[in-house]
Amino acid sequence: MDVSKISKTKVAMVTFVLSEATFFLMLVIAYVYYQGHPASSGEAARLLDPVKTGIFSLCLFASSYTVHRAGIALHRSRSSRLRLWLGATVVLGATFLAGQAHEYLGLFHAGQNLGRDLFGSSFFTLTGFHGFHVLVGLVILSSFLGLSLAGKVGPAEGEERTGGTERGLRRNRDAFEAATIYWHFVDAVWVVIFSVVYLWAAI
Amino acid sequence: MSLLAWISTVDHKRIGILYLLVTLFFFLVGGVEALLMRIQLARPESTFLTPDQYNQIFTMHGTTMIFLVVMPALIGLGNYVVPLMVGARDMAFPRLNAFSLWILLFGGLLLYFSFMAGGAPAAGWFSYAPLSEKNFNMSPGLDYWSLSVFILGIGTLSSAINFIATILTMRAPGMTLRRLPLFVWMTLVNSLLIVFAIPVLNAAAVMLFFDRQYGASFFQAAGGGSAILWQHFFWVFGHPEVYIMVLPAFGILSEVIPVFSRKPIFGYEFVAASTVAIGLLSFGVWVHHMFVSGLGQPVDLVFAAGSMLIAIPTGVKIFNWSATLFGGSIRFTTSLLFALAFLIQFTVGGLSGVMFATVPIDWQLTDTYFVVAHFHYVLFGGTFFGLMAGLYYWFPKITGRMLSERLGKWHFWLTVIGFNGTFMVQHLLGLMGMPRRAYTYPDLPYWGALNQISTVGAFLMGISVVLLLVNVVWALRHGEIAGDNPWDGWSLEWATSSPPPEHNFDRLPPVRGRRPLWELDETVPTGGGAGEEA
Repeated sequence: MDVSKISKTKVAMVTFVLSEATFFLMLVIAYVYYQGHPASSGEAARLLDPVKTGIFSLCLFASSYTVHRAGIALHRSRSSRLRLWLGATVVLGATFLAGQAHEYLGLFHAGQNLGRDLFGSSFFTLTGFHGFHVLVGLVILSSFLGLSLAGKVGPAEGEERTGGTERGLRRNRDAFEAATIYWHFVDAVWVVIFSVVYLWAAI
Repeated sequence: MSLLAWISTVDHKRIGILYLLVTLFFFLVGGVEALLMRIQLARPESTFLTPDQYNQIFTMHGTTMIFLVVMPALIGLGNYVVPLMVGARDMAFPRLNAFSLWILLFGGLLLYFSFMAGGAPAAGWFSYAPLSEKNFNMSPGLDYWSLSVFILGIGTLSSAINFIATILTMRAPGMTLRRLPLFVWMTLVNSLLIVFAIPVLNAAAVMLFFDRQYGASFFQAAGGGSAILWQHFFWVFGHPEVYIMVLPAFGILSEVIPVFSRKPIFGYEFVAASTVAIGLLSFGVWVHHMFVSGLGQPVDLVFAAGSMLIAIPTGVKIFNWSATLFGGSIRFTTSLLFALAFLIQFTVGGLSGVMFATVPIDWQLTDTYFVVAHFHYVLFGGTFFGLMAGLYYWFPKITGRMLSERLGKWHFWLTVIGFNGTFMVQHLLGLMGMPRRAYTYPDLPYWGALNQISTVGAFLMGISVVLLLVNVVWALRHGEIAGDNPWDGWSLEWATSSPPPEHNFDRLPPVRGRRPLWELDETVPTGGGAGEEA
C-alpha cells in the first residue's frame, strides 16, 4: 500500500465523524427511550409540524448535492462555479437553520423548553446539537468561500491555478473533501433525526 | 530554551515531555488525596476528615487518576515515542497535538477550581444519578465535573485522531502494518477505542449538565428520567475506558520484555490480534458493572459470558510475554523488573475480575473493598508498573542520560512492597464486607489492623514516588550518558541520537522487517519479501 496515497486530513475527518456519530447515537437513544415514557408520549405529535420542518429539511438535503458539485468544480479548477455552488450550499444550510430557529421560537411560545419535561429535554438536546453542527459546517464552508474569493483556494481569475504548486492544490482539495465529508455527515444525521423525531410523530 | 519556546511548541517530543510533566503534577495531587484517605482510614471511627470532605477527596482522587494521570500519561509517552517508532518527522497534526496538551492542563485546572467555587464533586468518579443530581449535590462541584470531563474528552479525542492519522499515513517506507512495533499497534487500537468510547461519556456529561443547570430531567426520577440510563451510558464508556487505560501498557511490555530477553516477541500476530479482540469485546461487557441494578437473569448471563470471554485474549498476551521470557538471555534491568511485576500483579487483578464476572460473587462483593483491591491491581499493579517500565526504558532516549539502576531497584522494591501492602489486605476487608466510599468504619475484629497495614503500605508508596523524583533529578544532572542505543533495542527510535534532533532522523535505516536495527547488523538480502515473517 502506497503510504503517500492516503490523505491524513481525510483519515482524521472520517475518524472524527465516526466519533460524532457515536455522540449523536447516544442522544437519539435518549430521545427514543423517553418517548416510551407517559409524560412525553404524544408531545411530539402535538407540538411538531413534520410538513413545515420537512420543507426546511429538503434545503439541507439539497445542500449535500450542491456541496458535491462544488467539489467537482474545485477538482476541475473552475473557480466561478466553485463559488456559485459553495454559495448555494451556504444559503441552503442557513435556510435550514432559520427554519429551526423559527420552530424553536414557536415551541418556546407554546411553553415548551429544555427544562419543561422529558420530551423537551431530549428533543432540544438532540436537535440543538445538530443545529450547532450545521452552524459549524456553515462557518467552515463560508471560510472556504471567503478564501476562494480571496484567491487562496482553487484557481484565481484568469489563471490556470494558484497556490503555485501541485502539492498546494492537493492540500486544498484534501481539506475541501474533508469539509465535504463533514457536511454530508451533518446531513445524514438529520435524515435519522427527521425520521425518528418527525416522521415518528406523524404516524 | 526559553519558556516561550516550550509553551508555543508543536514538536511532538516537547509536547510528550510536557504531557508527562502535567500528568506528574496531577499524579502528585491525586497521590496526596490518596494519602489523606488512608490517614482517615488508618483507625476506626476517625474524625480526621469530615464525611463531606472524604466524599470530595475520593471523587477527586478517582477522577484525577483516570482523566488527568493514567490516560494522558500513556498518551504523552505515545506522543514522544510513536512518531519515532514509525519513522515519522512529527505527528500528523502538530498544532492539534499542542491543543490536546493544553486543553488537558486547563481541563484539569477547571476541575480543581471547583474547590474554590463552593466544593469539589462528591459523587464518585462515575457520578451515579440521582446522587449526582442537584437535589442531592447542591454545590457546583458536579457542574465542574461534567464540564471538565467533557473538555478533557475533547482533548483525548483529538490526540486519538492524531495518532490514527499518524500511524495510518505517516509511516516510513517499508514500515507496513505487519511490521509495526507492538506499542504502535496497541496505540492504534487504543485510539480507536477512544474514538468510540469518549463521545458516549461526553453525551452523558452534557445531559447531566443540562439536568443540573437547565432543569432538564434526563436522569431525574421526579421528571420521569431514568437513573439506570446514566449507569448504562456511563459504563458503555467506562468499560472500554478500562482497556484504554491498559492497552498502551500492554504495548510497553511488548517492547520491553523482548529487548531485555534478547528474543523476538513470541507470537507477534497473536499479541496484535488479541488486542483487536479485546477492543471489540470491551464494548459488550459494560453490564457487569450493573449486576446489582436488577436487569434480570437473561441480561446478566449474556454479560457474564461476555466478561469471561474477554479473559481469553488477555490470557493469550500473558502467555506470549511469558513465552518470550522463556529461554531468553534475560537482563534484570529496573525496566524489566517493573514489567515482570506487572505480569504477576495484573494476573491477580485479572483473576479477581473473572470473579466479578460471576454474577452471585458480584452481588456479594460489589461496593466493597474487594472492588477497590481489584481495580488497583489492574490500574496500579498493571498500568502504573507498565508506565514505570516504559519510563526507565525510554528515559535515556528522552533525556540522553540513564536513570540510576541502583536507585531504580530501591524504587522498584519499595513500590512492590508498598503497593501489595496497601491493596492485598483490601481483598480481605472486602470479603469481610467493608464498604468502599464510607468515610469511616466501626471497630470490628481485624478491620483496624488490616486498615493500618494498608495505610503503612500507602506511605511506602509515597516514599517510592519521592525516590523516583530523586532518581530523575539526579539522572538529569549526573546520569550516565546514554548514547543512541543503550539497551540494544531494534525499533527505529534507537536509530537516532538521544535526545533526537528536532527533525527526528538524519537518515532512516531501511525497514525490511520487524526489527530494523537488528537486521541492519546482519547481512540481509536486499530482495523484497525477506524478513516479512521475522
